[in-house]
Amino acid sequence: MGAKKFPELEPILEKYRGRDGILIPVLHEVQERVGYLPEDVQRYISRELNVPLSKITGVISFYSFFTTEPQGEHILGVCLGTACYVKGAEEIVDEIKDRLEIEEGETSADGLFTLTVTRCVGTCSLAPVVMVDDEYHGNVRPEEVTEILAEYQEGK
Amino acid sequence: MQDREVLICSGTGCLSSGADKIEERFKNQIAEQQPNEDIEVKKVVKKTGCVGPCSLGPVAIVKPENTFYGHLEEEDVDVIVSEHLRQGRIVDDLLVEEDGHKVEKYSELKFMKGQEQIALKNIGEIDPRSLEDYLRQDGYRALTSALEEMSGEEVIEIVKDSGLRGRGGAGFPTGFKWQLTADVEEDEKYIVCNADEGDPGAFMDRSIIEGDPHRVIEAMAIAGYAVGADQGYVYVRAEYPLAVKNLSVALEQAREEGYLGEDILESGFDFDLEIRVGAGAFVCGEETALLKSIEGERGMPDPKPPYPADDGLWGQPTVINNVETFVCVPEIINRGSGWFNKIGTESSKGSKVFAVAGDVKGTGLVEVPMGITIEEVIFDVAGGIPGGKDLKAVQIGGPSGGTIPSEYMDLEIDYESLDEAGAIMGSGGLVVMDEDTCMVDVARFFLDFTQDESCGKCPPCRVGTKRMLEILERITTGDGQEGDIELLETLGERIIESSLCGLGQTAPNPVLSTLRFFRDEYQAHIHDGDCPAGVCQHLAPSFWIDPELCTGCTQCVEECPVDIISGDPGEVHEIDEEDCIACGACAEICPVDAITQRSQGKGDA
Repeated sequence: MGAKKFPELEPILEKYRGRDGILIPVLHEVQERVGYLPEDVQRYISRELNVPLSKITGVISFYSFFTTEPQGEHILGVCLGTACYVKGAEEIVDEIKDRLEIEEGETSADGLFTLTVTRCVGTCSLAPVVMVDDEYHGNVRPEEVTEILAEYQEGK
Repeated sequence: MQDREVLICSGTGCLSSGADKIEERFKNQIAEQQPNEDIEVKKVVKKTGCVGPCSLGPVAIVKPENTFYGHLEEEDVDVIVSEHLRQGRIVDDLLVEEDGHKVEKYSELKFMKGQEQIALKNIGEIDPRSLEDYLRQDGYRALTSALEEMSGEEVIEIVKDSGLRGRGGAGFPTGFKWQLTADVEEDEKYIVCNADEGDPGAFMDRSIIEGDPHRVIEAMAIAGYAVGADQGYVYVRAEYPLAVKNLSVALEQAREEGYLGEDILESGFDFDLEIRVGAGAFVCGEETALLKSIEGERGMPDPKPPYPADDGLWGQPTVINNVETFVCVPEIINRGSGWFNKIGTESSKGSKVFAVAGDVKGTGLVEVPMGITIEEVIFDVAGGIPGGKDLKAVQIGGPSGGTIPSEYMDLEIDYESLDEAGAIMGSGGLVVMDEDTCMVDVARFFLDFTQDESCGKCPPCRVGTKRMLEILERITTGDGQEGDIELLETLGERIIESSLCGLGQTAPNPVLSTLRFFRDEYQAHIHDGDCPAGVCQHLAPSFWIDPELCTGCTQCVEECPVDIISGDPGEVHEIDEEDCIACGACAEICPVDAITQRSQGKGDA
């Protein structure tokens, strides 16, 4: 088993090494850097921080923010909180699925978008809300989906 | 112009309706219209946290008059600068209109009038990234007087006397919680702020951290002093990046100015804080699960007792309160416990922030005195239901809470009254539902949420909520069976009795409370195959075309997503009702309104 090294992660690990309860902050930073948390990255963290691999995998699988699959360039997060749900967020999800020909959790063929549904993002007054990465799109109607996607397709 | 200030709401709501463009325009216009005057634009134009009435965004407030301008367009800014800022003339045309007249001041908005702001008092008044602004609002005065004039026990006495109860869930008295931790003889104790605000529909904690982060820090330091802890953690949801950012900035400032760190204000008291960002697990709002998550573990709850007060973070005594609870404390110390406990009802003191959302005109955050009626919140403060529709129910307390029907609108809100009505105060999400909402579908929505978020540790929650969801799913898709209602009730009660933590113990509430008040809707679904609100598509009556009215234009034929409308141009069209999915697209496009829904249920069972 060739133990793969990730020297680019060393500055992150160095910051946290030897402190208590740092696994979740480490995983946040590593995922931000690499984009996802594949097995060889997990093995590397395990060796470097002396944390059992089973524990790392356990934590990753528990929290919905962590992913072991590569993600699209933009993450579409359709809020399915109560207010958004009441205001028809499911129709927005369906529209995106149709437009991009993907299901929830999948990435579009061009690698540009990953579709996720999120818990309440706390902007209930704008319901329904679609987040594209860190940007909020409020009061979205199904017919506006194409327009929103186009913004990011062109920006590319 | 120097003596005027423009406060621009930069809450998430306003930001997504263009507040940053408005801010830019103000800065440019001020520089452009007043090139010779030596004005520090930064001091005139300020960004604040969420001011509350999100549905009026983007919003600017001009001081000292406190003039409120809503629904701003970029061009409006030029006028405000030339008229109001430069010449002191309020721009009437840009004021918000309510009941036929213009509202001049922020405080005169209906939305603000019924409010009693304690937790939210600084939000919209200060720039959250400015320590100076916070100090101007009596910031860190409570910490200073606690350290200089009071013992830890005295602080706890004040909090006890105030009657403050936890704002995040069951409403445990805060002072007693502190006392429990203070009484344990241990060197290492912790203060934890629960900002894992996971209830869908609630966003007050987010607004407080984003808009007034120093107050969270001050309150936690006071708690640390009271119970003898020198380290604290703020556990914030990963979904709240701006809150994390603003709090980080505030932490740095507080350390620099000696409000955090060693020997705070030369009192000999040490206290510091760390932010921990969650990773998307609703169960982490439960305190024992949250502590596990801070420790870097899977966030699974432990049975209580032992309580965190004596066996918490890393096994040490820990005070854990939510954001809204903490931020009441400095105000209580500044103004006295007697001031606080005069507000509210016999059992519930002070005010409570509600996040009002759903089918209501004025969505946003409102802070109202305990004891106000639901009706007053919805109609007087939040402006009522849009579109001339009737109110059907309000959902209070999110997935742990319940649905209260319109007959109960005169209910005075406090911990006990909500509990009796089958809801809970919870975190204070208040979702308004109009007549078009299906209560069975709402219950299904919440169960879908909780069964997905169940951590899986205990079977009643893990398996029980799944079975409940399956039953609700078959009811909403037309396959409901005789006995399903009773089964839901039995299952629900068992899950409440036998689940390990608050998540499972409250998960059946949305079902049980809708069963209590809207049983006839469940019965209509099961016995009559009818969804009275017309929401559950499988039960929705199909559409038909009135041959007398149809002009044969073929628009509906084109529009139908499942291609089940027949007819050539000029001929009367027909819908194959067997295969109709009742989406309503045809009815919407029909130019002569020839398409309507056939009522197939037996009416209101």
